[in-house]
Amino acid sequence: MNYKSKTLLLAGISVALILLFLFFDIRGNVEYILTRRSIKIAAIVLTGASIAFSTVVFQTITQNRILTPSILGLDSLYMLINTFIIFVFGSITLTTMDRNIQFIMIVGIMVLFSGVLYKILFKREDQNIYLLLLVGIVLGTFFGSFTSFMEVLIDPNEFQTVQDKMFASFNNINTDVLLLATILIILVSLYFMRFLKYLDVLALGRDNAINLGVDYDKVVKSLLVVVAILISISTALVGPITFLGLLVANLSYEFLKTYKHTYLILGAIFISIIALVGGQFIVEKVFTFSTTLSVIINFVGGLYFIYLLLKENKSW
Amino acid sequence: MVDIKRVTKRYGSKAVVSDVTVQIEKGKITSFIGPNGAGKSTLLSMISRLIIKDEGEILIEGNDIAKGKGRELAKKISILKQSNNISLRLTVRELVSFGRFPYSQGKLTKEDWKHVDEAIEYMGLEDIQHQYLDQLSGGQRQRAHIAMVIAQDTDYILLDEPLNNLDMKHSVQIMKILRRLADELGKTIIIVIHDINFASVYSDYIVALKDGRVVREGTTNEIINREVLKEIYDMDIAIQNFQNCRFCFYFH
Repeated sequence: MNYKSKTLLLAGISVALILLFLFFDIRGNVEYILTRRSIKIAAIVLTGASIAFSTVVFQTITQNRILTPSILGLDSLYMLINTFIIFVFGSITLTTMDRNIQFIMIVGIMVLFSGVLYKILFKREDQNIYLLLLVGIVLGTFFGSFTSFMEVLIDPNEFQTVQDKMFASFNNINTDVLLLATILIILVSLYFMRFLKYLDVLALGRDNAINLGVDYDKVVKSLLVVVAILISISTALVGPITFLGLLVANLSYEFLKTYKHTYLILGAIFISIIALVGGQFIVEKVFTFSTTLSVIINFVGGLYFIYLLLKENKSW
Repeated sequence: MVDIKRVTKRYGSKAVVSDVTVQIEKGKITSFIGPNGAGKSTLLSMISRLIIKDEGEILIEGNDIAKGKGRELAKKISILKQSNNISLRLTVRELVSFGRFPYSQGKLTKEDWKHVDEAIEYMGLEDIQHQYLDQLSGGQRQRAHIAMVIAQDTDYILLDEPLNNLDMKHSVQIMKILRRLADELGKTIIIVIHDINFASVYSDYIVALKDGRVVREGTTNEIINREVLKEIYDMDIAIQNFQNCRFCFYFH
């Protein structure tokens, strides 16, 4: 089986799982249930696709298969913003705030943060991308510590709300926010399309890419902006879930065994839809909401990583 | 012709290449020689725009490389660096086909595949063209990378220590191919090379660098002599003529 038919197979499984999720055990008010489930599915597809897509792009730029965009510190920033609001204004403010405004504010702060970070670090023309990662780690850790500091001080009841935000959840998606996120993601994807052809070449490394006529600095900068926007949107929508990206990107490389990024990205997107829809199905039907999707994803993902390490596969 | 005018590159306050002015003739093999840290690779990287120069101008056929468009330059000049760690799982043929990217932007036409086939044939890689790069020996991999550069079909080809880690047989093989590229296809080839005897036997023109400056430049016969080499390497090197080639004995 070649990578094209494998991608088709993944697409088929995704569609099958989505249909199963939509129509499984459908009783009572069909219209209401279908609407509820479609919103969930839409959110899952949207976030799954953004995370998968941005992780593959990020790993190609950094030429590293174990990095995720979370190294840019965006997840920690998300937690910091939420904790800060609760710390200063109380959890009531956060829960009663207009969802649209909250979403736009959080996405805005995250994108602004990335913008400032890039601006400062890419001031010099021949800047090294690893400096960006290093600064990202340092800031991420700083945000994390600051968040813990505030968490220790707040009321235990308030902390419950903070804890809620720590795990990605598809159970309370607001339709308006979802629509807004969809439009934003489509716009960003359209902007990205012109850079798609460069990804295969970027994977050969900076020197080869420049040799083959790619305007490396400009392309990498634009791609990093795309990654930051997508991660911000999906995190603001459901919560921190970037570990999923690491998992699905690597599964896609292992399964498709090609270097063509069009297929690697599609593969990662389908795998992430399969993992999320399948995981959500298990959470709802098997565990009856006694656990969250993040826990399952992190558990399975962790196991897979241990397996990858033990296998000592050198051919990656 | 490549025209390098008063080019300087500094890291911090240390000038790695300072005020270098050299002209490189078309259709010839030019070797950059000199001791470690002389700035040879840096100069080569600046010509190929991998490193941005601090001062000076580099013109390729009268056009400033700093102002040219990346894609157009990639059809004029290509570079192969000494370390090529590609983490992708690629076959030889797939790697070579990347050489056509400046022309096709990833969508290869029949014409592009013809160039790929020719490059593979030129490097004698037909038998292993469907093997993965990580299954090949160092010499085969180096040949595959050179095939990619040939498929790129540029008038100027820059190679940074192309003989690194190769045994004698493969070294000779690669130098002969470079000679053919210059003689048969009229390519201009610039190499950084450590083995002075290979430089002596195969190149037309030699530029000697030391401490970031050009100390000598000239035809091979002008450079390969006792006094000049002493100035470059601080070593007393005996020169012998053998079959119309000059050889340096620097072993003791």
